[in-house]
Amino acid sequence: MEISTQHTDPAPPLAAPSTAVGKRAARGATRPGDRIFLGLSRGSGILLLVIMAAIAVFLTYRAALAISKDDGNFLTTFEWNTGLLPAKFGIAVLAFGTVVSSIVAMALAVPVAVGIALFLTHYAPRRLAGPIAYVIDLLAAVPSIVYGLWGALVLVPHLSGLYGWLDAYLGWTGILSWQGGAPRSLLTVGILLAIMILPIITNVSREVFRQVPRMHEEAALALGATRWEVIRMAVLPFGRSGVISASMLGLGRALGETMAVATVLSPTFDIQASLLDPGGGTFAQNIASKFNEATEFGQDALIASGLVLFVITLLVNGAARMIINRRKEYSGANA
Amino acid sequence: MAKRIDVSGLTAYYGAHKAIEDISMTIEPRSVTAFIGPSGCGKSTFLRTLNRMHEVTPGGRVEGKVLLDAEDLYGAGVDPVSVRREVGMVFQRPNPFPTMSIFDNVAAGLRLNGVTKKSELNDVVEKSLKGANLWNEVKDRLNKPGAGLSGGQQQRLCIARAIAVEPKVLLMDEPCSALDPISTLAIEDLIGELKERFTIVIVTHNMQQAARVSDRTAFFNLAGVGQPGRLIEIDDTERIFSNPSVQATEDYISGRFG
Repeated sequence: MEISTQHTDPAPPLAAPSTAVGKRAARGATRPGDRIFLGLSRGSGILLLVIMAAIAVFLTYRAALAISKDDGNFLTTFEWNTGLLPAKFGIAVLAFGTVVSSIVAMALAVPVAVGIALFLTHYAPRRLAGPIAYVIDLLAAVPSIVYGLWGALVLVPHLSGLYGWLDAYLGWTGILSWQGGAPRSLLTVGILLAIMILPIITNVSREVFRQVPRMHEEAALALGATRWEVIRMAVLPFGRSGVISASMLGLGRALGETMAVATVLSPTFDIQASLLDPGGGTFAQNIASKFNEATEFGQDALIASGLVLFVITLLVNGAARMIINRRKEYSGANA
Repeated sequence: MAKRIDVSGLTAYYGAHKAIEDISMTIEPRSVTAFIGPSGCGKSTFLRTLNRMHEVTPGGRVEGKVLLDAEDLYGAGVDPVSVRREVGMVFQRPNPFPTMSIFDNVAAGLRLNGVTKKSELNDVVEKSLKGANLWNEVKDRLNKPGAGLSGGQQQRLCIARAIAVEPKVLLMDEPCSALDPISTLAIEDLIGELKERFTIVIVTHNMQQAARVSDRTAFFNLAGVGQPGRLIEIDDTERIFSNPSVQATEDYISGRFG
């Protein structure tokens, strides 16, 4: 421990006081309280890394066991057979279903969430903003299985009208045609996920918009900007990276959502051309519905699919980081 | 293009609190008028009533008249947004839009007015930056963020942004209080040049500054904590600093209080 702290010391400038006191003060951990707290916080950090590493090793090991015995191509096979030998399973359908339902959820939720956040911070009278924010917080507290039940019992029976309308007017696109099956499709999943991720995106965006410095808004106002122009010139650019982060939090939840998806979707192991036709599946839903009855080998295969979900989530987060960093010098942080 | 400001019987509130009471004055076009007075005397509040920025503060409201030439800024049916396009403002802390380049900062007001032609934008941005004595320092990095400039440069960028839309009046709320002496001098020189074209009103805590840059000086004071601020007197700057007609003004500028 002592040795490692010396590495973190900044290289002393040429004529830095090299007395023992100066050195100890720079390390900042001579008093008992400081030492204890340093130990605690460093220990927590290390513990986190150890847990992460342990999970990664376990998952990779079990996944490797399964993939090495996969008779099909793990990435492209449209099948999930782990019971009978030779085993044949692949994640193509799951990856498609997960990504598509999450994209639908984002496309629906982000604009609405940003709209709500702007309304709460810049339009709503204070008397109204409080209660609305509270209701949105409540929405975040509803357990996902409750969303699933609501989706299956209320949303699904009421979506036929919307589906018929989409089919009539946008059916020609191919991806929005409908053959008349129960609306337990990826689109329904996306709608449900959108409702579920709405609160987190709204709340984080609201916090970000609230932190827009007053002086930036006044700068726009003094130029003769209307309220919408103030939002466009000062609020949205400042909040941009925050909204992206908020969306990524929501996307993370949408990608990993299990119970609600499993309750609403009629899973099949193929890809439907149309978002409206029932079928498809997601990683989390597939794991949840198969894990209990799986053999040990079947569990390994499901773990392998979980690893892919993990990698997708990492990629998505990395992409978001890149978008945020690319315009860092323009961010509000150095205002 | 510079316009005269005629204020009569102006009172401004923050909610139930009366911040300034019954202020009347005339501000001549193409001149610099300085507002001085102790903290809390309402000089900034009064400045913000001149472009209807006071009312964007929650609870802010105004009674009385502000005539810009003959037009009452607080008349029925007057849109505060169009008032602010006529009366520009520079703030205490430099506030360029952090997400915009230098060019876009200066062009921001023009774009609000619907100017989209690239050549026109280029011309006005160059003219405004030259007008703000900033062109030579930034002409090679117009596409760099405005937030990367020094404090004094940022403040001149804000001035360029304000004058790009050719306002009739330019309000400055302690524009130098966050700047070092060299940058302050640059801004003061600039004010001297800008008064050829604009009506300038400047709030300052620095009495030497008021004496250096202004033609007319208004002294504000308040009777006590919680009392509304009032205009004590307004006169030629020379007279205010040599032979003011009110004792309180003399006490303030000679450092006996405030």
